Amino acid sequence: MTKARRNRRPLKDRILYGIVVLLLLAGGLIMVFPIFWLFSTSLRLAPELNVVPPHLLPDHWTLANFEKAFTKAPLLGYMWNSIAFATVSTVFILLTSTIAGYIFAKFKFPGNNALFMLVLATAIVPFEIYMVPLFLQMKTLGLIDKPLGLFLPFLVMSYGIFFMRQNTQTSVPDELLDAARIDGMGEARIMLLMVPRLLAPAMSALAILAFIQAWTAFIWPLLILNNPKSFPMELGLSQFANSFSVDFGLVSAAAVVAMAPTLIAFLFLRRRIVDGITLTGLKG
Amino acid sequence: MRSPLARARSVPHRTWVRYRFVALFLTPIMALYIYLRILPTGQAFLMSFYKWELIKPAEKFLGLDNYANLLKDDNFRQAFLNTTIFAIVTTIISVFLALMLAAVLSRYVRGRLGGLLELLYFAPVLVPMVPVTLGWREIFNYNHGVLNAALGVFGIAKQPWLSDPTMALAAVVILSVWKQVGYNMIILLVGMRAIPIIYHEAAAVDGASAWQQFRKITMPLLAPVTLFVVVITTISAYNVFTQVYVLASDVQGAPGKLVRVLVYDIFENGFRFFKMGYAASEAVYLFLIIMALTIIQFRFLRGSQS
Repeated sequence: MTKARRNRRPLKDRILYGIVVLLLLAGGLIMVFPIFWLFSTSLRLAPELNVVPPHLLPDHWTLANFEKAFTKAPLLGYMWNSIAFATVSTVFILLTSTIAGYIFAKFKFPGNNALFMLVLATAIVPFEIYMVPLFLQMKTLGLIDKPLGLFLPFLVMSYGIFFMRQNTQTSVPDELLDAARIDGMGEARIMLLMVPRLLAPAMSALAILAFIQAWTAFIWPLLILNNPKSFPMELGLSQFANSFSVDFGLVSAAAVVAMAPTLIAFLFLRRRIVDGITLTGLKG
Repeated sequence: MRSPLARARSVPHRTWVRYRFVALFLTPIMALYIYLRILPTGQAFLMSFYKWELIKPAEKFLGLDNYANLLKDDNFRQAFLNTTIFAIVTTIISVFLALMLAAVLSRYVRGRLGGLLELLYFAPVLVPMVPVTLGWREIFNYNHGVLNAALGVFGIAKQPWLSDPTMALAAVVILSVWKQVGYNMIILLVGMRAIPIIYHEAAAVDGASAWQQFRKITMPLLAPVTLFVVVITTISAYNVFTQVYVLASDVQGAPGKLVRVLVYDIFENGFRFFKMGYAASEAVYLFLIIMALTIIQFRFLRGSQS
């Protein structure tokens, strides 16, 4: 149908369409080139890295860089630290945002508005503004260079509370809550068992946002951690790249390892991730 | 006027049960929130008026001296200038490209081909910043980098992307536009797809060209979304740090020194020189910029709705 219609268009339009598509495809290839280039570089050895102009694919394929990367740095340890950090952060942000958002949306109590305005007002303050005092607070608690010190600031998210409040207002009907109360369900059971089912799409979008936020966190781990054993992937990789800055093959291999989980996740959860990002982005 | 006690007594039992529930669940969360967000934010403002060092907190009240000294500080001025140039250029280019892409993808290239293109342009958004910055570091390499090789094809001389401060700023812009454009495109696409197709059809019947439709229908209806994208891109650009830290090492290999940006300068003052009050006042300057941008957004959004 579309094809038939397109063929009925004048020749000039069809040529124009072809040119636009070709340009878009060329642009698209440029967009993925840096990612491709990391893969390509990671598969070649030193002499080939200095060839000018560089060849698109390695002349001699090798996995030697990967073997070396795993022995030179605890890459799997970094990976594990990142997974633990992002998971703990996501679970807590989901919990705190859903509970607070639901309560702000559905309960009348003295101070409701004032507290929510406080959350809203601080939602625009970026992390970089208060990181110095936050560091001093963690120092007072003796949490410098401790995993807990890394995790703590990532247990709540202003935007998450705002986002869940908005979604509770639109997708949790009062009638349903009242019906559950008449049936004798307690408030806690309603909130923890019934409400999450209604909020599942919003919660999964928020989970994606929270996970990405923790996974890509950089400056806070850099400030609070000294012991490379507890570095998450992003920080560990940047330090690794700094110490082996001239060995491009080795650095690329480590970078490929660091990218792998994201690429795999994207492959399987593409639609959900894109929808999640647009959902959380647009309500900002 | 009734006494508070009498008023409290008149509240029915069921309401008390709800208050107890709210107190039980909301208190720990708000306590955590206040401790981790509100307290440090307030403290940043307080510290900015003091000479405050790591081991000597609140050493001396300075009033606005930190703020005044910053304005005379060459590092801060350089950082402010670099960050502002970076934010403006990155925002203009990434929003402009995203608009063009979204316009073409929403109206002309659809179906599987459109989906594939969307995916290609969106991919950089999802890969973490540090590995892709390392990829770009190789592309920007002076001797064997792909970019200089590609420029050579057009007869353009090799550029010192990672050793000259101006070129390094350009390199950070290129990398950041590359990373941001897909995100902006997706948000604008959602906005464009929400515009009823009937407007375009009616205009086409009246003989409006594609460009006229874009100018007269898409752009005005998309203005709030475009403004939103402009503001969030500018705000995130003002907070730039990771890519600069990884990409722009100076000759001695000190990360991030070649292109000084605001967050880097805060980081250096606070955590290398331990001048924490001074760093806090710098953070307040950054906050003022971000607040101004947010207010602009709210103003215009309210204006466009009325």
